[in-house]
Amino acid sequence: MEYKVVIGCEVHVQLLTKTKAFCSCENRFGGIPNTRVCPVCLGLPGALPVVNRTMVEYAIVAGLALNCKVARVTKFDRKNYMYPDLPKGYQISQYDMPICYDGYLEVESNGEKRKVRIRRLHMEEDAGKNIHLEDGSGLSYVDFNRCGTPLLEIVSEPDITSPSEAVAYVQGIKEIMEYLGISDCNMEEGSLRCDANINLHITDGGKLYKTPIVEVKNMNSFRAMKTALEYEVKRQLEEVELKGYSDRGFKVTRGYDDKTGKTVAQRVKEEESDYRYFPEPDLKPIFITDELVEEMRKRIGELPAAKRERLIREYGITKNDAYTLCSSKAFSEYFEEAARGYREPKKIANWVITEVGGFLNREGISIEEFLIPPSHIRRLFELIDEGKISSKMAKEVFAEMTNSMGNKIVTPDEIVEKRGLAQITDRIEIEKLVNRVMEENPKSVEDYRRGRDHALKYLMGQVMRITKGKANPQITSDILKEKLER
Amino acid sequence: MKIVDMSLVQLKDLLDRGELSSVEIVRAFRESYEEDCSSDKPINGYIEFFEDAEKTAEKSDQVRASGEYGILEGLPIAVKDNILVSGHYATCGSNILKGFKSPYSATVIERLKNEGIVPLGRTNMDEFAMGSTCEYSAYGPTRNPINREYVAGGSSGGSAAVVASGQAPCALGSETGGSVRLPASFCGLYGLKPTYGTLSRYGLVAFGSSLDQIGILSRVPDDIALILSVAAGQDANDSTSADVDFSDIFPLKRFVLKGKKFAIPKELFERGIDEEVKGAIERFSKWLEERGAIVDIVSIPLIEKSVAIYYIIAPAEASSNLSRYDGVRYGYRNTEANTLEAMYIKTRSEGFGKEVKRRIFIGNYVLSSGYYDAYYKKAMEVREMLKNELLQVLKSYDFILSPTSPVKPFKIGEKVDDPLSMYLADICTTFANLASLPALSIPVGKFSSGLPVGVQIAGKMFDESRLLRVAKLWEQEGN
Repeated sequence: MEYKVVIGCEVHVQLLTKTKAFCSCENRFGGIPNTRVCPVCLGLPGALPVVNRTMVEYAIVAGLALNCKVARVTKFDRKNYMYPDLPKGYQISQYDMPICYDGYLEVESNGEKRKVRIRRLHMEEDAGKNIHLEDGSGLSYVDFNRCGTPLLEIVSEPDITSPSEAVAYVQGIKEIMEYLGISDCNMEEGSLRCDANINLHITDGGKLYKTPIVEVKNMNSFRAMKTALEYEVKRQLEEVELKGYSDRGFKVTRGYDDKTGKTVAQRVKEEESDYRYFPEPDLKPIFITDELVEEMRKRIGELPAAKRERLIREYGITKNDAYTLCSSKAFSEYFEEAARGYREPKKIANWVITEVGGFLNREGISIEEFLIPPSHIRRLFELIDEGKISSKMAKEVFAEMTNSMGNKIVTPDEIVEKRGLAQITDRIEIEKLVNRVMEENPKSVEDYRRGRDHALKYLMGQVMRITKGKANPQITSDILKEKLER
Repeated sequence: MKIVDMSLVQLKDLLDRGELSSVEIVRAFRESYEEDCSSDKPINGYIEFFEDAEKTAEKSDQVRASGEYGILEGLPIAVKDNILVSGHYATCGSNILKGFKSPYSATVIERLKNEGIVPLGRTNMDEFAMGSTCEYSAYGPTRNPINREYVAGGSSGGSAAVVASGQAPCALGSETGGSVRLPASFCGLYGLKPTYGTLSRYGLVAFGSSLDQIGILSRVPDDIALILSVAAGQDANDSTSADVDFSDIFPLKRFVLKGKKFAIPKELFERGIDEEVKGAIERFSKWLEERGAIVDIVSIPLIEKSVAIYYIIAPAEASSNLSRYDGVRYGYRNTEANTLEAMYIKTRSEGFGKEVKRRIFIGNYVLSSGYYDAYYKKAMEVREMLKNELLQVLKSYDFILSPTSPVKPFKIGEKVDDPLSMYLADICTTFANLASLPALSIPVGKFSSGLPVGVQIAGKMFDESRLLRVAKLWEQEGN
């Protein structure tokens, strides 16, 4: 028995427009419930939607970045269903004429690059949020702040062949959206949500069997996504072993439970829901000109995949480092700015990844909130090169820079000067120090001369102790050897 | 002449000359309303006469005294119960919206109020504007003021009845398939359905979104022009509103009929039309021809399909538009239900009347997968073809002339249980909504029963001005 995993993803991305999709309410996450609402997004009688132009522009930019075709005529449709968080009793969405279609995303997983085709990308509005009290009262409330937030729904073809590839695909979408600046793609806040359709194609005895397609929902992180889909592969295999092959079986929905790492069958509706789609009569069709498409194409700029390749080529950094640096647009820009004109950009890449990246992780802040100018990082390396500080001291200077970040930006030169951190590079001064150390440690001098090399390290350490690490290590070691071997 | 018998234009004249105050006007209409309420068979035109109407009038008089005032300063108007007036209830004649007070005004109301208009009250209607008799209201039927055993027509029956009975000089109604024109013809008034897009739909409670328009009912054509001159034009809140300027439509200029061409659709004249209605058309045609106009009978085959198309598209859109009445945020809610689904079912079963439910069923049916192509999609295609046929005719003709109603007004109760035959009363009116054309019902006399009879002229897109000018000429010379 052989099997293939077949996965298709539906990704929802909230757009960072100033106002909501069809009204002028502010579009922002959270807030006191029902404070960012108006007759339109509350679905009051008589209210009418008006299309947010920026949403349309963002959709085109996103579509182009995902190698999609852009429709020249597109329209909105109503998707009818009733739920308390959906105030109109229908969602304004797009049905048979999505704004973008036929694209693809190149995905790299386990060292293999593959194209995942994108069937369509369309615009729609988000719903509100039901809040169920858990105090035994049985009461539920609805918060409509989120209602009307513009969404892109991006639907892939079932081209994905493994859970890790699915994760890479969604990560790829997230990166691109962030690069375009049209979404912050925060899975925890729900600004990026992903559902996956997954089943297995099993070949046994020359015959092909397909397990029923399962729609997996509620995957709120990339880790959850991987666990959920891996579990689902295992579960579907087990089900086949238990029940045998069956041609029957409807598409079912299973929700992922983060606590158990398993997917759980959700309530099965008696019949498939019929959304009774029809063209939204309150909105006119949208005609998209070639000029607009070209204008949007110019907005795309360099996308993560291209940028990674360029960084590897231009700076000679590793693929892994390129992935880390390009994990956010701002982070990669920080690196490039820091490395500008410096002869060993790889060193800067390492520093940005370990020191800057480490600091961001510890503090839980983003690169946008990191106020130290990238040129200061470059200056640190120049100070090392000029022999003014050691690389160990550079770390101290960096710590000092980050410590004072909240108050005032201090240059590395100022810190070095203020703390007297500058290296002692004067040969005569170092000679004096070396002489003193040798006098104070005759035993170690003897040891060295008897061939015990580690004594050199000890004596070096003593010089450093006296100078608080300021003595230039290269010069010190040269002089020490010279004198010891005399 | 009594205040309650005057038109808006006459009242405006007296207000402008300082011979009358807005308070006096509002009081007169209020008294007329109260008098009717205490009569044997009240016409039941108003669901609510606004308590604050006199106060608004008082303020209006003060504004006028200041010297800087609006075009409509102090003039009263009645408003159909599906057009929102901020701070007032709006129920669409339905139990499901009982207690809903609107936090905002319709754009049309906003524009009229900016020019000083005084809303008198909200008028009765078929629930959610679904009906042709004004009997399907949670507030009981509206009676025809000319003969109270008869219906006022629907769905804007309340608006027609209050204007015809001197409880308002003019009223706003709404149209989806004839809801202004039909009651106008039953009550002997002028009733205009503007071109789709002339008036903003923002704040008009939706029934069939691609067909809905606010309409105006009055005793003289100039009143309609006056209201249009203020209310028409593009609205940022309604993407389907049109960029038109009607600011100089009032006062209506004299119209020359000589050489103008009227087409009577054969399909709305030969079969199924009441003989007396035919007589009215013939009288009106004769008058037109005497003044040099040309009247031809032409064939517009798809007009026969307009009721069929209409009763697919309107319920489809309605079924979706009415989904929001779910008991969650406003209006009626059944509080005994203990699951969400039960709450939905009980709230909507109890909140909606039977005609509304019938149309929701039809709408859901024609939109459901498997039936969409056969019904909704096909109806939209035929609608497009009908539109083309009409536009073709309007290339060689100025106007399309037809009856407003193919039959005489109904008695109260006569059609309530026969929806199909009631739907057929829309045969002459729905084509204008389906093709977005402006159409006006003109009172042209009386049936032998004494009830009024109307004819309809429809025109090219945004040709409201010429429709009204023909009507004005008729008002001045034809009668």
